[in-house]
Amino acid sequence: MKLALGPHQYYWPRQAMMDFYADVADSPVDIVYVGESVCSRRHEMRLEDWFDVAHVLAEAGKEVVFSSLVLIESESDLKVLRKLVGQPDFRVEANDMAAVQALIRAGHKHWVAGPTLNVFNPATMDVFAEQGATRWAVPPEMAREAMDGLLAGCAVRPEVEVTAYGRLPLAYSARCFTARHFNLQKDTCEFRCLQHAEGMPLKTREGEAFLTLNGIQTQSAKVYNLLGDLPALQASGVDVLRVLPQSEHMAELLALFRRAIDGEIAPTEAFAQSQALMPEAPCNGFWHGKPGLEQYVAAA
Amino acid sequence: MTANHPIELVCPAGSLPALKTAVDAGADCVYVGFKNATNARNFTGLNFTDASMREGIRYAHDRSRKVLLALNTYPQAGNWPEWTKTIDTAADMGVDAVILADPGLMRYANRTHPALRLHLSVQGSATSYEAINFYHEHFGVQRAVLPRVLSLPQVEHVIKKTPVEIEVFGFGGLCVMVEGRCSLSAYATGESPNCNGACSPGKHVRWEQTAKGMETRLNGILIDRFSDDERAGYPTLCKGRFAVGDDTYYAIEEPTSLNTLELLPDLARAGVRAIKIEGRQRSPAYVQQVTRVWRAAIDRLKTDGDRFAVQPEWMTALNNVSEGQSHTLGAYYRPWK
Repeated sequence: MKLALGPHQYYWPRQAMMDFYADVADSPVDIVYVGESVCSRRHEMRLEDWFDVAHVLAEAGKEVVFSSLVLIESESDLKVLRKLVGQPDFRVEANDMAAVQALIRAGHKHWVAGPTLNVFNPATMDVFAEQGATRWAVPPEMAREAMDGLLAGCAVRPEVEVTAYGRLPLAYSARCFTARHFNLQKDTCEFRCLQHAEGMPLKTREGEAFLTLNGIQTQSAKVYNLLGDLPALQASGVDVLRVLPQSEHMAELLALFRRAIDGEIAPTEAFAQSQALMPEAPCNGFWHGKPGLEQYVAAA
Repeated sequence: MTANHPIELVCPAGSLPALKTAVDAGADCVYVGFKNATNARNFTGLNFTDASMREGIRYAHDRSRKVLLALNTYPQAGNWPEWTKTIDTAADMGVDAVILADPGLMRYANRTHPALRLHLSVQGSATSYEAINFYHEHFGVQRAVLPRVLSLPQVEHVIKKTPVEIEVFGFGGLCVMVEGRCSLSAYATGESPNCNGACSPGKHVRWEQTAKGMETRLNGILIDRFSDDERAGYPTLCKGRFAVGDDTYYAIEEPTSLNTLELLPDLARAGVRAIKIEGRQRSPAYVQQVTRVWRAAIDRLKTDGDRFAVQPEWMTALNNVSEGQSHTLGAYYRPWK
């Protein structure tokens, strides 16, 4: 089982991002997803910067994948997409059907079907596999049982990647909720996301942490954590675990996942140790076919 | 205002009476769903049985109107046959098109019923011409419904770059998130628009009068609290009041309806082929009110051309049936973003 660092969801200053990925190069991950997938207005990291990061990571022995923008609105979004697809060195994760279309047209044969492509059944997996998708990033809301069903039914089994850690990306909008909070419009947002390294907590009127506002993206408040479900992930034949970036304890988390995958620490113990590294309480409901925010303790 | 094709008015029907009302009030097309999870308005007491579907299709076809079947959720391995069987049934009954979101189902429909017309659902999240052209080239999709995310110039640009007919939302409940890319309801309740055809479903809703006011909860999560002088709204989870920083406000969206009546001439000029009215979950009275106004407006546009003006009584009628009695232009108007 491989360990992947998913695409960065937040907007950080360029140097902070560079430092973050310099550390990642030394971490025990096998795959790193890079690039801006949330907001086309974010420009601290230019595409050239991402390519520099990608080359450094590749030299450190990582498989690098460029993750495409989830919400494509304009011709300039499409231009960036074409540049990603046009480069010869790295695989691309398609997070929108425009990316799929561009990859097919360019004749790519090893792309990743991203979690927002909504691949929920064998027939749809077959459509994308025939067009060159060789890895499937499971939509977070999909339960283990449905995932098993898809894998049993598709013509060619793809490499399977499950999001196993991080605040879950739950929704995308044309509207920027961070800008809205500051009574700004998106086009003149003053890049307020830069001041919120892990987004802005949204609580209910009785103080319960519910969601996280991250520009045009809405995330869970709770942190999805499948460390305790590792035996089930392995039994289902999952090939890759995806961990999403956070601002603190990233190196410890990746090391913990690595040790758990390699059997150097029991999953329950790894889950217990991860508590100190998380910014908020854990949840794993989706994997169990339940409301995402719920937490199920694996049966001993 | 010299669009090559007249704009079709596509109206919602959650029941046979609503379908007949929509047809009588001037809908060109009525869109409907069966009583199961195959469509994005899988609500208790709503939608069509086989028998009522047959009668509805007959009623519409006798009056030269079309019936479009929404089959716009994503099936999984365990329930796949229910979706394909529904496509077969729809084709046999003679619906004029099926509205799909799932590529696997599109391929099934295309191969099994090559004469069946395919529309791309808003749940397919296609926001660019490249995405729309994918569905056209691979499955012969002839019309796409745009998610409510593009500004007017962006809609116009898409239309110029695709052979696929474009349908846009004109009026009704406003999804602030990109349709098909929202798991908020699944996160809170375990039921999602993508897989279960339901957002913030009623069985998870609790209304509770407390000392602090009327509280509305979704699976126990407090979505909003209303004082005595406020009208308590349904707890759709993106339309509640939440605390961010020191402010408590409608952090995602107010309870409001989309209303693009004033943009009708621009939409026609841009080449939009159909206007969709949201609200299969609403009453026949809503369907009648909204259909009448939009029918009148589209007809007036044909005769008045550049002199088209929104009539005040149209806006009054639409505001009366709007969520929160207010309306917005949504993403068509850039500052909304």
